[in-house]
Amino acid sequence: MNKIANRQVICDVLVEAAKEDKEIVALCSDSRGSASLTKFAETHPKQFVEVGIAEQNLVSISAGLAKCGKKPYAASPASFLSTRSYEQCKVDVAYSNTNVKLIGISGGVSYGALGMSHHSAQDIAAMCSIPNMRVYIPSDRLQTEHLFKSLLKDEKPAYIRVGRNPVEDVYEEGNVPFEMDKATVLSEGADIAIIACGEMVKPAADAAKILETKGIHATVIDMYCIKPLDKETIVKAASGAKAVITVEEHAPFGGLGSMVSQVVGSQCPRKVVNMALPDAPVITGTSKEVFDHYGLTGEGIAKKAEELLRI
Amino acid sequence: MSNLKALAYELRENTIDIIVEGKAGHIGGDMSVMEILTELYFEQMNISPENMDDPDRDKFVMSKGHSMEAYYAVLAEKGFFPIQEVIGQFSKFGSQYIGHPNNKLPGIEMNSGSLGHGLPVCVGMALAAKMNGQEYRTYTVMGDGELAEGSVWEGAMAASHYKLDNLCAVVDRNRLQISGNTEDVMAHDDLHERFRAFGWHVIDVTDGNNISQLKDAFEEAKTVKGKPTVLIANTVKGKGSPVMENKAPWHHKVPNAEELAQIKKDLRERKEALLHE
Repeated sequence: MNKIANRQVICDVLVEAAKEDKEIVALCSDSRGSASLTKFAETHPKQFVEVGIAEQNLVSISAGLAKCGKKPYAASPASFLSTRSYEQCKVDVAYSNTNVKLIGISGGVSYGALGMSHHSAQDIAAMCSIPNMRVYIPSDRLQTEHLFKSLLKDEKPAYIRVGRNPVEDVYEEGNVPFEMDKATVLSEGADIAIIACGEMVKPAADAAKILETKGIHATVIDMYCIKPLDKETIVKAASGAKAVITVEEHAPFGGLGSMVSQVVGSQCPRKVVNMALPDAPVITGTSKEVFDHYGLTGEGIAKKAEELLRI
Repeated sequence: MSNLKALAYELRENTIDIIVEGKAGHIGGDMSVMEILTELYFEQMNISPENMDDPDRDKFVMSKGHSMEAYYAVLAEKGFFPIQEVIGQFSKFGSQYIGHPNNKLPGIEMNSGSLGHGLPVCVGMALAAKMNGQEYRTYTVMGDGELAEGSVWEGAMAASHYKLDNLCAVVDRNRLQISGNTEDVMAHDDLHERFRAFGWHVIDVTDGNNISQLKDAFEEAKTVKGKPTVLIANTVKGKGSPVMENKAPWHHKVPNAEELAQIKKDLRERKEALLHE
C-alpha cells in the first residue's frame, strides 16, 4: 500500500518548482500541516503566506497577489474553501480571471468522524457551476504529480480536490498515461462503462476485475478532469456499452454523475446509474467504512453493474 | 482641467448623463465618492492608459462597485474610453458597460459588486509589492454600509499583520445606505476605534468632498510607516444638488425631467463658483 498522500505530492511538486520560479506563492489558512505544506513554508518562507483561519481572506489575497504577477496556490480544507469562500472563488478568482490555484485538501469524507461541517460533498457542483473555473480531482499520487506539473504551466483559475490519506496507486510508477483535460481510459469493454473520479477510480478498476471473472467486460474511465469535462471520451465509452455507471465521493446532485448523465442523455442515450454519497449527512466512520457502507467499493460497483445488465 | 474641485462637478454631470441615458445607477454614492476618485486619479495615483502594463504603477480596486457610474466618468476623463461611448451603451443589451466593475474594460483591475472584496484583494496587491520590493501604492474605496461585511475585517487584520504601509483604504462615509441611516441599519460610529484596534493609522477627513482635505490626508498616509492607513472621508450622499443630498431614496434613482433640470443647474452653478474661487 502506498504511503504517500496526494497532498504530500502537491507540496513536493511546489517545493521543487518554487526553487526556480520565485513568483510561486503558497497560502494557507492555518492549514499548512493539514495541507502538508509545512515543508514548503520551511523551504521557501518568503514565498509562503499565512492568513490565519480566514478562508475568504485566503482567496481574496491570492487574487490580489495573482493580479500583481504572483502565482498563488491557496490550500485549505475543501469543505471551507468551496463554501466559506465560495463568493471569493466566484468573483475574485473566476470572474476576475486571476491565476489562482485553489487546492481543496481533505476533500470528500476524508475527515470522517468530524462530521458534515468538515465534509465536502458539494464542491464539484459548487465549483463546476462557476464560469471560468476548472475542476480537477486526481485519483492517485502519480496522477496528482502530473496534474500539478501541468497546472504550473498555465495561468488560469482552477480548483483541485485531494483527499487526506494515502490511497492505493491506480497507476504504476514510470507508466502514468496523462494528457491535460483528457480522461484516462483504464480498460475497455463492450458491456458497461464505469466513469469515476478521485478516490473512486481505484474501486471502479477493482470492479472491472471482478466483472471480468464473470465474463462482463467493462470500460473504466478516470475522469480526473471534471471541468472541462472530457465529453468525447464519455460519448465514446457510453456508445460502446450497454449502460453507464458513475462513481464519485460527492452528493448525488450536480457532481460527476449529473454531468455525465447530461452528456450521455443528449448525445448517446443509455441507462446511467449514479453511485454517490447520500443526500444526507454521511454515516460516521473512516473513509473506508463510509465507502463500504454506501457500496462505493469494487464489490458494490460490480454488483450494481450486474444488476443493471440483468434488467 | 487643472482645478480638480471644478472637475469633480463636471464629472458629476457626466455621471448624471450616464444614469439618465442608461435609466439606472447608484446615483447617491456616485455623488458622494466623486472627490475621492478625482483626487486619487488626477493627483495621487500614477495610473493611466499608457502605463497599465507597468508592474510598478499604483493599484486601485473599487470595492464599493455600485458607484460604477462615477468611476466610469473618472476613467473616461483619464482617457481609458470615450465618455460618449459609456453614455450611449451603459446598461444597454449586450454592453460591456455594466453596473459594476468589469475588468474586460480598460482601466479596471478587479471585478466587484458584491461588497467586502476590495480590501482583502488589495492586501494581496500590497503584499506582492512588499515581497518584490516594489514601491507602488495600493488604494481601495469602500462604502460605510459595506463595513458590516466580515471579510472587510479579515482583510484589515491581515493588512496590519503584514505591516502594509503601502496600502491606503478610503471609507466613503456618507452615512446612508439603501435602507436608511447607517447608524440605524448597523451602527459604526466608532469605526475609527475599530480600525485603530485592528492596528491601522486612521485619518478623519472632516469634509470628504473637499479636494484639499483629501490631498492632505493622502499625503499624510504616505508618511506612515509599518501600518496601513484608512481615510474616514465624511461625505454627503447625493452631493451636488439639494434634490439628492442626504436623501436615502437616492441610493439608486433616475431623476425625472424636472429633477434633472434642477440637478444640472445646481451642478453647473457650483462648478462655476469653484472655477472662480
